[in-house]
Amino acid sequence: MRKIFRVLAVSVALAAGAAWLVTGANRGWSKTSVPVKTLDPVTGIEGLTYEKRFVPGLDFLGVSLFASASLGGLSFLFRRN
Amino acid sequence: MNTLIPTLSVILSLTSAAIAAPQVFNFKDPKGVNNAVFNLDAPLEAITGSANGVSGTVTFDAANPAGTQFKITVAAASLHVGNPVMKDHLHGAMWMDVAKYPDMSFESKAVKNVKTTGDTTTLDAVGTFTLRGVSKEMSLPVKLTYLKDKLGLRVPNQKGDLLVVRSQFSIKRGDFGINPKAPEDKVSDTIEITLSIAGASPK
Repeated sequence: MRKIFRVLAVSVALAAGAAWLVTGANRGWSKTSVPVKTLDPVTGIEGLTYEKRFVPGLDFLGVSLFASASLGGLSFLFRRN
Repeated sequence: MNTLIPTLSVILSLTSAAIAAPQVFNFKDPKGVNNAVFNLDAPLEAITGSANGVSGTVTFDAANPAGTQFKITVAAASLHVGNPVMKDHLHGAMWMDVAKYPDMSFESKAVKNVKTTGDTTTLDAVGTFTLRGVSKEMSLPVKLTYLKDKLGLRVPNQKGDLLVVRSQFSIKRGDFGINPKAPEDKVSDTIEITLSIAGASPK
């Protein structure tokens, strides 16, 4: 059980870090929509529409690392086999 | 003959007045392309968002751009940022208070430094900028592009002209009472605004 919790803790930390890096290492707050630029061919104006997409930010990374640390901490509640 | 000359002169003067008459461009954009982008670049956090609830009019005469008049409004409720919690805060009473102050607007009183090259005119629009219930006299640098007979390319079967208005300027958050106590390392006091809008004048 102790090992399972530790593996889970490392997995959560790695998955969160990878997700944060892959989605662009957003150093702000997490976003649930991202702007998509569209060029109006007649006026040359760049219009903005928003596409629903989750972009993890530092808050996501922080919560994930806290969860990972908690899982790691919980592992100490179990006796070594 | 006695009545012909005065009649002709009246017709001529009316025709020339009609040709030289300023056009009113409506900026309510059914395509939703018109937008105002805002950017706050604080040391700890950069916040970028936009608003697309643009309406209003610009009165423009290609033959006399010095007579241009602006009355542009942006609906505060159309302000958008990518984070939903941040958006709620932005719309809330401490920040933009969109329930109490539903509109941001600029109404010009005069234009200065008018320069025209081809279909492009640059000028400084002097007028009243109102945000969150606070009105301030400001001079905004504006670039106008007059697109004669181009409305049909945007709206099929509709004849008319287009006017593209672009402006880039900055305001101070504290000047307009937008949560002036918020720390400037997290939320910049300077708000950079980029306005890109197109108005139509159907014929």
